[in-house]
Amino acid sequence: MTEFLQLTFQGIALGCQYALVALGFVIIYKATGVINFAQGGFVLLGAYLAYNFGQTWDLPFTLAVLMAMVSGALLGAFVERVLLRRMVAQPVFAVIMITIGLLFVLDQLVTSIWGFENLNLGDPWGNDTVRVADVVLSVGDLWTIGITTAAVLAFFLFFRFSTTGLAMRAAALDQEAALAQGVSPGRVFALAWAIAGAVAALGGITHAAGSAQLSPAVGFFALAAFPAMILGGLDSPLGAVVGGIIIGVTQNLTAGYQPDHAAWLGNNFHIVMPYVVMVVILMIRPYGLFGTPEVRRV
Amino acid sequence: MARARDLHTAYSQQLRVLGSRWVQVGVAVLVLAAVLAPYQLTPFQLDVMSRVGIFAIGAVGLNLLTGYTGQVSLGHAFFVGVGAYGAAWFGGQEEWPLWLWLPMVAIIGGLIGGLIGPFALRLRGNYLVIVTLGLLFVGEHVFNNWRSVTGGGAGTPVDPPLSIGPVDFSGLDVLGLDLDRVQSVFWLIWLLVALGVVLAKNLVRTRPGRAMQAVRDRDLAAEVIGVSLFRYKVGAFAISSVYAAVAGGLYGVLQQYVSPTEFGGQLGLFLSIQYIAIIIVGGVGTIFGSLIGAFIVGALPRIIENVSRNNDIPFVRGDAGGADGFLSVFSLNQAIFGLLIIAFLLFEPLGMAALWFRLKAYFKTWPFSY
Repeated sequence: MTEFLQLTFQGIALGCQYALVALGFVIIYKATGVINFAQGGFVLLGAYLAYNFGQTWDLPFTLAVLMAMVSGALLGAFVERVLLRRMVAQPVFAVIMITIGLLFVLDQLVTSIWGFENLNLGDPWGNDTVRVADVVLSVGDLWTIGITTAAVLAFFLFFRFSTTGLAMRAAALDQEAALAQGVSPGRVFALAWAIAGAVAALGGITHAAGSAQLSPAVGFFALAAFPAMILGGLDSPLGAVVGGIIIGVTQNLTAGYQPDHAAWLGNNFHIVMPYVVMVVILMIRPYGLFGTPEVRRV
Repeated sequence: MARARDLHTAYSQQLRVLGSRWVQVGVAVLVLAAVLAPYQLTPFQLDVMSRVGIFAIGAVGLNLLTGYTGQVSLGHAFFVGVGAYGAAWFGGQEEWPLWLWLPMVAIIGGLIGGLIGPFALRLRGNYLVIVTLGLLFVGEHVFNNWRSVTGGGAGTPVDPPLSIGPVDFSGLDVLGLDLDRVQSVFWLIWLLVALGVVLAKNLVRTRPGRAMQAVRDRDLAAEVIGVSLFRYKVGAFAISSVYAAVAGGLYGVLQQYVSPTEFGGQLGLFLSIQYIAIIIVGGVGTIFGSLIGAFIVGALPRIIENVSRNNDIPFVRGDAGGADGFLSVFSLNQAIFGLLIIAFLLFEPLGMAALWFRLKAYFKTWPFSY
């Protein structure tokens, strides 16, 4: 039982990291209808910028995180304005490929500036742990869960109560009607990309913090956030969070139990587990758990 | 005069494979070039051209799937891997002859592709792209863990027999000519490129091809006019996987050793993206575009690698270890593919093929071209 609780807790922390990245995907998709494969690049660049501000420039960690998020937001808005704005109303395939091209450029940018070594993010949590009953909770994981909760809460408050949030929801629902009411779609698009850039940086930082280290593989983990997003439904922020946590917990439980109980599935099966869960759910609900089914005219 | 201008007066003229005199001449020149190449090119150039051929085969397959049927797949590298391991097992381990293991590789690829096809029926657009991305990770897992066939993480040598009757492609000895392995394998590969291109061309200009394009343009409308989505979506996945698997088998023959990381995970994604870059650069929805794209994308990295070996590119780290370069060759290549894809999609979404079409239209209507 202790082992189960332990694994579940770590799984939730991992799921929160997925949720942050998936949230970025969903915001962009909801506002602009684009799946942003470059999110992995944003995650990677955000984490490395936090390292740069915190370690290289020696700023306090909190400030470094905030600055990384702001830089991520600026980068997001810049990419939207320069690349994606030209691709409005182009085929899905072309838009996806643009973001994939961007992913490769960003990945190489990061490795050519900061190299391939493992770096220490310099977060204040380190390897500290707390014991509750028999379960060992790492402080970094607790912070990850706390930060994600705060981010998701801020996100929902923003969309529910602020005028800008309302404008974004309106634009997502019906672009032309929103335009008629004086909402500028261009601003909404840029803002969506900016928010996604900021949460991507946060996701990257929580993933690279603690005993995990900062390496180019951090961007790779954003690819594993795809199942979380798809599982929850492409256009549902709630789905992104729920999907992230489901994927995180399933993955961690698989990592804990599969080697003993289902060894025939091979080594490291937990890496492919998110995709297996995703495919099973998609076969039952093709638009994810909370996604809106697409209605098509003949 | 109308003959010279190449104006069509009947549908049958438009459907001809070798449409005009110029195309006939062009194809003849290409065939002649391929036949003479082993005698004229250095082993390095031959190796590059063999890789281009392999890319061309895989890209024709991907173009049938993505360009003609409109199903985007990031899982192409997985099927290439299936082909490579198929060659390692049926050719290398079981020692089947060439005329048996190569078709077997194609069949296995087609069957597995056909299994993925039904996903395309239930999922569309973005959802399908991500499921095919998952294929790369599941594939890497299988390649890593099915040790008896794939040799596990360390990989496996690929050494299938390459002879059909008296013709042995591991060292041709025909008409008194004595060729080494690189030269002979070049012919084998480009023979299959020719076969693949002819089959694909034939497919897309006949009924199934038109059905595929109807599915691409609007699958719902296609279904309404009686095109079976099941048949053509699953069929397109199967056929594109056949091409990918054959390309993979030939890659195994050329490389003589394969390991799981090449076809799965991050490098697998890179390989899939390379194939997508080929069809974007060459031209989505054109068969000869796949060939042009394969020339550019297949040869570019090797040329860069070769040039940078002596630190001739200022900011790139070569093999000789120039300390001042901040980019590795591999990084540069990846970044270039990223930029190529972005640039072509923004400025020439129809690829190099569009340049050709424009040129052709210019001369066809000359002197009234504007």
